[in-house]
Amino acid sequence: MNKEMQPQWNGFKEGKWSSEVNVRDFIQLNYTPYEGDESFLAGPTKATTDLWAQVMELSKQERENGGVIDMDTKIPSTIVSHGAAYLNKDTEQIVGFQTDKPLKRAFMPFGGIRTAVTACKSYGYEVDPEIINVFMNWRKTHNQGVFDVYTPEMKAARHAHIITGLPDAYGRGRIIGDYRRVALYGVDLLIEDKKNQFNSVVGDMTEHIVRDREELAEQIKALNELKKLGEIYGYDISKPAADAKEAIQWTYFGYLAAVKEQNGAAMSLGRTATFLDIYIERDLAAGKYTEEQIQEMIDHFIMKLRMVRFARIPEYNALFAGDPTWVTESLGGMGIDGRTLVTKTSFRYLNTLDNLGTSPEPNMIVLWAKNLPQNWKNYCAEMSIKSSAIQYENDDMMRVTHGDDYAIACCVSSMKVGKEMQFFGARANLAKCLLYAINGGVDEKLFEQVGPKYRPITSEYLDYDEVMERYTDMMDWLAGLYVETLNVIHYMHDKYCYEKIQLALHDKEVKRWFATGIAGLSVVADSLSAIKYAKVKTVRNEQGIVVDYEIEGDFPKYGNNDDRVDSIAVEIVNKFMDMIRKHPTYRNAIPTTSILTITSNVAYGKNTGSTPDGRKAGVPLAPGANPMHGRDTHGALASLSSVAKLPFENAQDGISNTFTILPDALGKDTLFVGTGDLDIELTPEQIAGIEEGCGCNSACNIPNLDV
Amino acid sequence: MEGYIHSIETFGTVDGPGVRYVVFVQGCPMRCQYCHNPDTWEPKIGEVKTADEILDDYESYRPYLTGGGLTVTGGEPMWQMDFMIELFEKAKKRDIHTCIDTSGVVFNRKSQDFMDKLNKLLKYTDLIMLDIKHIRDEEHKKLTGQSNKNILDFAKYLNEIDFPVWIRHVTVPGITYIKEYLQELGEFLGELNNVKALDVLPYHTMGVPKYESLGMEYPLKDVPALEKSEAVKARDLILYYMKKKKQELAVKLVK
Repeated sequence: MNKEMQPQWNGFKEGKWSSEVNVRDFIQLNYTPYEGDESFLAGPTKATTDLWAQVMELSKQERENGGVIDMDTKIPSTIVSHGAAYLNKDTEQIVGFQTDKPLKRAFMPFGGIRTAVTACKSYGYEVDPEIINVFMNWRKTHNQGVFDVYTPEMKAARHAHIITGLPDAYGRGRIIGDYRRVALYGVDLLIEDKKNQFNSVVGDMTEHIVRDREELAEQIKALNELKKLGEIYGYDISKPAADAKEAIQWTYFGYLAAVKEQNGAAMSLGRTATFLDIYIERDLAAGKYTEEQIQEMIDHFIMKLRMVRFARIPEYNALFAGDPTWVTESLGGMGIDGRTLVTKTSFRYLNTLDNLGTSPEPNMIVLWAKNLPQNWKNYCAEMSIKSSAIQYENDDMMRVTHGDDYAIACCVSSMKVGKEMQFFGARANLAKCLLYAINGGVDEKLFEQVGPKYRPITSEYLDYDEVMERYTDMMDWLAGLYVETLNVIHYMHDKYCYEKIQLALHDKEVKRWFATGIAGLSVVADSLSAIKYAKVKTVRNEQGIVVDYEIEGDFPKYGNNDDRVDSIAVEIVNKFMDMIRKHPTYRNAIPTTSILTITSNVAYGKNTGSTPDGRKAGVPLAPGANPMHGRDTHGALASLSSVAKLPFENAQDGISNTFTILPDALGKDTLFVGTGDLDIELTPEQIAGIEEGCGCNSACNIPNLDV
Repeated sequence: MEGYIHSIETFGTVDGPGVRYVVFVQGCPMRCQYCHNPDTWEPKIGEVKTADEILDDYESYRPYLTGGGLTVTGGEPMWQMDFMIELFEKAKKRDIHTCIDTSGVVFNRKSQDFMDKLNKLLKYTDLIMLDIKHIRDEEHKKLTGQSNKNILDFAKYLNEIDFPVWIRHVTVPGITYIKEYLQELGEFLGELNNVKALDVLPYHTMGVPKYESLGMEYPLKDVPALEKSEAVKARDLILYYMKKKKQELAVKLVK
């Protein structure tokens, strides 16, 4: 890269970052940790309040119109497919929308034309027949590629929902471009860097080299388009951002290009606050902007992130409970040198929950660490109580693997920004797999042979050792099929729906995580526990297929910090992960797994028959690694302790435990009980004053009781 | 020494300072009409646990119990005195903050045996939460099936030995949520100098399903839950009369 110091970098401390793409180095050399409190924060400006009222009105129209305000039915979305759109050009500090109208949903057919058409149809929009013709007959999509290659076994497993939620007809998402690079370097330097990479990929033209060159060429094209996107809105983003406002705008253009190009399951933002804070501190010190102006820019940036929309099918919305975009921003955390990465701008981001009101998007995740500044912890807690909109994740744990410049994609997947990405893999339903083990691969709902025809269990009462042996075999089959299916999907996604701008904002050598997932863990643990510690009788239909179970006696249940059953859950996770690891993965991605169904557990449960733990057919599975509803009887910590035993090294893509608590069960407000410092003793002054009349500070007004 | 345990709550946030490990013991002589744990009434049933078992389990949660500790509630903890003494003696050796949530009904100043045990238990106790159900004896009998004489005497005794106490009081519409009763309660508490906190709880109906599942008739079927804001007012009123009482006593002292 050009070693010259850019004029826009004036005042920044130089380092490795000035001669190579290295945002972390820039942050570490230039950021100002903040340990103070929130008292410096500014409220919303009039422009902010007016613009937000306009957005609320648009959201209302969106709801009244059945869920969408408008949909594009003609123009396949690209980075430069649409002209500029504004809420109010004169007052918007940060600009840019996905289409030519705020909240209008773009048409994105590259993941699958049928899905894109169905999405439009379900809201009453008809896609231009000529466009359908193009994508049905001339331009192949990701979805078509996958189904060309799927084996009958893969199709059957998908149909029976033992492998489910697969990104084979929609964008896989979970890739975070390092959008900060756009601001720090400007697009020209990034293109120069990518051209150097392109020229370095030479030699025997094996298919790998050819693919790498093609992908880099695509990335360079995408960067050129990104520059044009800036021009559409009247900005020259070929050069680095010169101040705070430009830094926010440049970063947002990078992100906007991504959401114009990809309708991915989770389009996360990364870890931008502390990066932007460096520009903000420089401008505040120079007196260029006031705190009010800075907060206004952040508010308008967040406002834009709240307005990201995708055209999605009703099944997708059912699976994810609503229409989430997972614009995830990771805030705070600690640096590996021991300094906190919390800055004033971390506060400013959370302050938007006050200035604009609460909202689930962007999904703000606080990277929680034991050593975070106390003021920040207090502020997070206060904003959590107020907004119920903040997520927390364990920075102390993730920092070990990912360093101090990682971010969360979607809700738990951690990756180093610009250096790691994930092949999203949805879930394998391990509860259903257990039923296949018992029924010899016959699906308990379809009554068809879906899994391999292994010997079914024929005894009336289930024997633990026998079931465990068959289950292990069946899991082994499932793990293999699952990895193979994902290999097909990600090959085709790269080929037909490549995330060119997001990958352009990554290093050349990207570490890829192969993210498998598990559904139904607690059902499996409880079922095996029931078989081991109680007596489980099978109930068979006329064909001899087990369709229900009767339990005699009690058994330890997962979620009570009871090792007898928690160890079963741990064993299953370890076994399954080892089975996954046996199989070759596309692009040598590194296998991980997650236990984190958060809403889809309902859909998975619907497709799963009765299980040996007493759960009836169709009843939702527990979300993520949660205990089954109502089975944890020793309070939250026992329940959390069971979950905490699951080995993170074998579930690195995340373990979730959905935990709801009534506000009153989180303690009492000070008004109520105080903290043991009841102030009712009279002071000497009060005693002295008694004879003159009133000596008691509140005694003049007798509290009134409406009885 | 073993205790009869009804259940364990590992994340207690309303039974004393901080996040607490809460032991619900089995057995209670009171029959409070609004009791939301009627399944803890019968003595000598439930799970049998030793003090060490409980404390070992406590240790596995210690990192979470910041600023908190161990609370024993019930049921009536002081109905299992020997067990309580052993549990708290061992807890203090492990540097655990100890708290008893009690109705005080088993207090008996005349029994030397009881008083010896109580004084021993208090040596290992950091805080008592005393639940005064009703200030008037006849009403107290109607509400709980027991007299409040020993309970009020227990409050006075703790005052005499200057033992820190949190007072709890449930405000039930038509039963305790009545101005004159709250006034009397305030005046009684105003004579005490060891009250560190006053926790006035609005009556709730969350216990009703439990009665249904136990096949029991719920005595306060027709009583509506009380708004939290009403309980705040009741607390203000009690506090007002506490202060007023203190004022009067101070005047007497001056004169």
